[in-house]
Amino acid sequence: MAQPSPKPKPSPETAVFEPWNDPEAKPLIEFRNVTKRFGEFTAIDDLSLRIYEREFFALLGPSGCGKTTMMRMLAGFEAPTEGHILLGGQAIDTVPPNKRAVNMMFQSYALFPHLTVFDNIAFGLRRESRDDEKIEARVEEMLRLTRLSKFASRKPHQISGGQRQRVALARSLAKAPKLLLLDEPLGALDKKLREETQFELMDIQEKTGTTFVIVTHDQEEAMTVASRVAVMDEGRIVQVATPEVIYEAPNSVYVADFIGDVNLIRGTAKARGEGTAPAANEAPQEEAPGTTAPPASAPAPATGRHDPQPNAMGRWLHDRLLSPVIGPRRDQPKALPAPEAAAELPPPAPAPESATDIPEGGIEIHWSEGAAPIVASSGDPALDGQQVVLSLRPEKVSIAKEKPQAHNALPGRVIDIAYLGNISTYHVELPDGTMIKAQMANTRRIARRDITWEDEVWVSFTATAGVVLTE
Amino acid sequence: MRRLIIVAVPYLWLLALFLIPFLIVLKISLSDIALARPPYMPQLDLSGGWQAIRDFVSQLDFENFVFLTTDDLYWKAYLSSLRIAAVATFITLLVGYPIAYAMARATPEWRPTLLMLVILPFWTSFLIRVYSWMGILGNEGVLNQVLLWAGLITEPLQILNTTTAVYIGIVYTYLPFMILPIYSTLERMDESLLEAAEDLGCSRLSAFWLVTFPLSRNGIVAGCFLVFIPAIGEFVIPSLLGGSQTLMIGKVLWEEFFNNRDWPVASAVAVVLLLILIIPIVLFQRTEEKAREAER
Ligand SMILES: Nc1ncnc2c1ncn2[C@@H]1O[C@H](COP(=O)(O)OP(=O)(O)O)[C@@H](O)[C@H]1O
Ligand SMILES: [Mg+2]
Repeated sequence: MAQPSPKPKPSPETAVFEPWNDPEAKPLIEFRNVTKRFGEFTAIDDLSLRIYEREFFALLGPSGCGKTTMMRMLAGFEAPTEGHILLGGQAIDTVPPNKRAVNMMFQSYALFPHLTVFDNIAFGLRRESRDDEKIEARVEEMLRLTRLSKFASRKPHQISGGQRQRVALARSLAKAPKLLLLDEPLGALDKKLREETQFELMDIQEKTGTTFVIVTHDQEEAMTVASRVAVMDEGRIVQVATPEVIYEAPNSVYVADFIGDVNLIRGTAKARGEGTAPAANEAPQEEAPGTTAPPASAPAPATGRHDPQPNAMGRWLHDRLLSPVIGPRRDQPKALPAPEAAAELPPPAPAPESATDIPEGGIEIHWSEGAAPIVASSGDPALDGQQVVLSLRPEKVSIAKEKPQAHNALPGRVIDIAYLGNISTYHVELPDGTMIKAQMANTRRIARRDITWEDEVWVSFTATAGVVLTE
Repeated sequence: MRRLIIVAVPYLWLLALFLIPFLIVLKISLSDIALARPPYMPQLDLSGGWQAIRDFVSQLDFENFVFLTTDDLYWKAYLSSLRIAAVATFITLLVGYPIAYAMARATPEWRPTLLMLVILPFWTSFLIRVYSWMGILGNEGVLNQVLLWAGLITEPLQILNTTTAVYIGIVYTYLPFMILPIYSTLERMDESLLEAAEDLGCSRLSAFWLVTFPLSRNGIVAGCFLVFIPAIGEFVIPSLLGGSQTLMIGKVLWEEFFNNRDWPVASAVAVVLLLILIIPIVLFQRTEEKAREAER
């Protein structure tokens, strides 16, 4: 799983593009309690959604969850069984597809095989205008935008798959629609071409300022291109958020599991009260106070409600040992960062840490009989006694032969190693049979790596690395 | 695959089963009529060696072809055949296209049944079916009786033994050859093309003319040739339904062959007919080739 790639920086004169956080903003598209049934089968189930102008909005979900149905309702090929769809504040339920300011780029491209590239792009323009000069100018512009000028007089069967895809895009953009729908536009392209095209799409979206709604079942693609992602399951939307939030703070096991690789550890939550000793079971005795490891890199942004504050022992340790290094302690609770803002920080690197900086509060997860509980400082203490799932990204789990100093360190045995070039994923079996995936960057050459199959190892992660979810 | 079969059948027919019979017919057309068995000479005797072959070739001439130009019956018959075949092909297209379109638009469960229904008439002899049209179209026939009974006409319509009956016969007989290729192009057409056209601002009707129709062009061309080519030389339909009024070259050929027993002239008529047919056949194969190239 690649990290969510950085979004193009908003230009300095405009504020951060977040119309969904602005209560004043008027949505371009609004689904109001839309239900779509095919006979007995409910394809879209009481769905409400707002999409704003200039957004690049991705619908992400497994095959058959209703993505295409949503697109077809937007384009006008299907009518909602219940509810309404609004475009720019107007209900468009009765507007036929040829009268909507919406264009669609079809999954199969649907290029007209009997027309040249030029005529394909001009097709929509010719339906509304007879001004050949204007049409030609617009088509030339589209050809330039999609770098197809050389192929204007070819037929669709005389160009490559990637070029066809660009013709389809040019054709659907030619009429300058308010809204462009892209139904799995890159599905037929190979990986490299797909990645290039994703950036091209983002570029074109930015240049034209059109609102894009893209359907995909490829989560990497959604994360790459979209300003917001809606994760769908069986006709419902499970979560709508920016790619960063979807990745860092999924709101459900379904989303966590669907987006990228994840370790899911099930257990019972127990609130960590004020008096809880800071993970006494982990504090290594042999560690001389003076050699305490340097402070961990910036603690992960908490997604829970409480900004972690040190307890008495933590304060003592800080004042005595750490304040010369990291400066005075701030006792004032910080303002809670919004999940979006928090997620914009780079993901924390799993670094060796001293047991001293363990944040207070949160919960312990008792996940296995006889094993030390896992500390999750992001957990809501109100979950006390409930069944919870800790969602933990493999890149936040580190692996070592020696027991590391970490909030959470679990012993296990390496079952499998997947070498992915730049990184390796280690599959580690814990004593109770749970499999944990840990990802490590391959900074050393293979021969010098010391962890191999069947090795007894420790997997570790910080108290803030995981997200606590309920099922 | 279906397309391949549609293309391959006439191809094999034309190439494998056509060349040898054609050479024999050509040889007879260059011979002279004779009271013999077979009724022409010279006869080729291969046992005589080179000398016999040379004698045989020296006796061949183009007399019969010259004769065809001296009697206006022949070229009138050729022209009339071409005209009847062209008009009948056009009517077949008008009837066949909507049927093929409806079949391609039917739900997939229905399509095999509809296809069966189109092919079903082939299960009965062609002759019997044409005879039954005599029963339908005659003055005392079913059609006239129904129309008289319904009060739409007072006198029986004279349909049998007119060119109209020939058109009806040809359209009826060759309709499947029109429907099947058109159906196969329409059925393969991607539905999303029509949605794309609508999405880009077409009405349903203009989407048909701008997308569906041009895309079924290959099927239309194939269907037209498959009807037109055999219709030119059609013999059974004009002789059973057309009576004496209809002049078609197939009938002339038959009479020359069986009534006059003039095999050489009949063969010359056939050779000229074939030369006329070669033009549309070559055109047909060209368009098929282009269509297949475009598909790749
Ligand atoms: N025209 C239709 N008739 C009946 N069922 C349909 C129709 N279109 C879609 N469905 C059903 O609706 C569900 C959602 O389909 P779709 O929107 O195409 O999913 P996706 O694009 O997410 O793969 C599927 O289970 C599909 O079988
Ligand atoms: Mg789909």
